[in-house]
Amino acid sequence: MQNKKYTRREFIRNLSVTALGGMAIPLLSSCTKEEAEDFLQKHFREMTEEDKKRVISKLEQRYLQKYGRKFQISTKEAVPETFWGYGLELSRCIGCRRCVYACVKENNHSRHDPQLQWIRVLRLKRGNLINLENSEHYYAPDLVPEKGFIYLPVQCQQCQNPPCVKVCPVHATWQEPDGIVVVDYNWCIGCRYCIAACPYKGRVFNWAEPNIPKEEINPSVHYLGNRPRMKCAVEKCTFCIQRVRSGRYPACVEACPTGTRKFGNLLDPDSEIRYIIDRKRVFRLKEDLGTEPKFYYFFEA
Amino acid sequence: MKKETKAIAFGIFLLGFCFTSSANAAGEEFPVAPPPMTEGMFPCSSCHASLEVNRKKRELKEEHTQIKLHHAETMRWCLDCHDIKNRDKLRLYNGELINFTESYRLCGECHGPQYRDWRAGIHGKRTGYFMGSGKRTYFLCAHCHDPHEPKFKPIKPESPPFLPTDKDKEHAK
Repeated sequence: MQNKKYTRREFIRNLSVTALGGMAIPLLSSCTKEEAEDFLQKHFREMTEEDKKRVISKLEQRYLQKYGRKFQISTKEAVPETFWGYGLELSRCIGCRRCVYACVKENNHSRHDPQLQWIRVLRLKRGNLINLENSEHYYAPDLVPEKGFIYLPVQCQQCQNPPCVKVCPVHATWQEPDGIVVVDYNWCIGCRYCIAACPYKGRVFNWAEPNIPKEEINPSVHYLGNRPRMKCAVEKCTFCIQRVRSGRYPACVEACPTGTRKFGNLLDPDSEIRYIIDRKRVFRLKEDLGTEPKFYYFFEA
Repeated sequence: MKKETKAIAFGIFLLGFCFTSSANAAGEEFPVAPPPMTEGMFPCSSCHASLEVNRKKRELKEEHTQIKLHHAETMRWCLDCHDIKNRDKLRLYNGELINFTESYRLCGECHGPQYRDWRAGIHGKRTGYFMGSGKRTYFLCAHCHDPHEPKFKPIKPESPPFLPTDKDKEHAK
């Protein structure tokens, strides 16, 4: 037990030594320069044009090393006067899952460990449409469509009032002006609160480092869209942001063999999606939750 | 009425007439993909120009035997759609001859609602660019529906997602 008093000078000395020691930990830790750079990267929305260019070139180098392909990473902003909407004709969906795998190829999903798919095709009994809890999405018959069933593909609905955006504790996900809800994969901390909040099971999580076969990589990517993700990032359908901002149809629309999927600009009165909303009896999933999704489902026959 | 007013009125009447003249505004072009012909079949006139024309409705025994007509076969047969004299063209109901690249006009004569929806883009398939000046491709009716046997046959679906308990199978892939 010390006899002399603990002076203010001693206290401040001890405090500053501890603080200095604490700040030195990152230097001594086994953190690579890469990881340190990633950690200190700004949020995408706060980046200046220069910052974005620097981040893009850093990513391009990394992807070149990792996958051996020259990537074109776009940060193209939303096209003015666009607001994307999606139409789905349920009488034509045969549950073949061609859209699921076209999405997987286009958007550089992890193929196994973990296997990630942004589109989920639900099989429902005819006459039992809205009972989504009784759906089956692991169906594997020899031939589709099976008699007595209808197929309902579901993906991120790009809600106008998205619950996932509301709950994100770090604002890693937000809604762009053209309606697409995007994720800054580098800012995401992997808490998965958004996955819990989503009523449509639209989001998936990278539980481990993704496994993408090198020969199937798609090198035309968007920073907020289909660039290869990393472990601990949440991902979801982005309406193929790399395609629609240049005016191309999303990959799922092009892959569907029965012409079930329709896409367009809700602000353009001549677009296909507006034609559907004007003339067909459209409905949206879980409307009672007030999320205002952009997927308009309808039946024809 | 003054001369100018008469002239303007007549002009407007003509303009209106042009727009309402036919359901398929004459000359409306669609950027369709090439029609899905069997290899080596087109142009059909390479054989048919020299063959005799037989208008009798019958089942074909010598050629085109692989084509089974399951499309209003009790009411129609081959020569109701394919022109008799020029086999490189299709025949509309009013006798007009059209190319195979415009076959949607023929399908649309019976299947009006689908034709109207196809023109708007909500029936059938379109790929490419929907906005701007990029290349766009509209698929013909015949690309998805075989005109002789249009009913879709069931196909094999792609594999389902792995079950959470399929860990070993995942590694094996």
